[in-house]
Amino acid sequence: MTVETTELTLPSRIETVAAAAAAVAEFMSRSGVSDDAAFGIDMAVREAVTNAVVHGNSQAEDKVVDIVLKSSPDAVEISVHDQGPGFNPSEVPDPTAEENILKTSGRGIFFMRSFMDEVVWSLPPEGGTTVRMLKRR
Amino acid sequence: MAELNIAERQAGDVTVLDMSGKITIGEGSVALRTAIRRLLEEGKKRILLNLAGVGYIDSSGIGELVSSFTAIGKENGQLKLLNLTQKLQDLLTITKLLTVFDVYESEAEALNSFK
Repeated sequence: MTVETTELTLPSRIETVAAAAAAVAEFMSRSGVSDDAAFGIDMAVREAVTNAVVHGNSQAEDKVVDIVLKSSPDAVEISVHDQGPGFNPSEVPDPTAEENILKTSGRGIFFMRSFMDEVVWSLPPEGGTTVRMLKRR
Repeated sequence: MAELNIAERQAGDVTVLDMSGKITIGEGSVALRTAIRRLLEEGKKRILLNLAGVGYIDSSGIGELVSSFTAIGKENGQLKLLNLTQKLQDLLTITKLLTVFDVYESEAEALNSFK
């Protein structure tokens, strides 16, 4: 079974979001991902990298975002790791609850979960937060 | 080229912003915020966003739409949306924001709704 892997290390800047999305788009076109799936993956990657840059690394110049892209015949898997203090997704309120609908933030994780088949956060021993997202073919 | 291009025109007492590009974290969201703040400072409180050319929006851009909607509402104004792409309509549906915004497919109908 062929598995293609690409690794990226990017700075903690807002511009990294578009750079990561461009790299993922190129990776997906090589991997033969359908247009519909590509839209959702793009959206999820942008939100995950935004969280890593803004909330995880607080845009600190001395911190980086590591991204690993894996493509297999069954799925595309994307991991995004930041060097922040650690993130607990259960603390993020449901943005579709009536009292939160008019909030101006808090929808990124909702989009990641909406567009990917699996989204799992972990706190690796070396620190930071890793979010692993899977889209089945 | 800017991430988000905004062209302003007046249709009676409604200000129409024809937008094209992306409303995403950083430049796009800031451009929308700046445009709405400027209109409010100029006393223009009836605003129609023509989103036909907006092919992409992220959670930050959606947040900026919500922020614009509430800022204009606080000034007793109205913000309405015109010509959503299917993708944007889908995003507003899953976030339940389609029930919050007044959305139109016809500009004439949208302009009439302000009266």
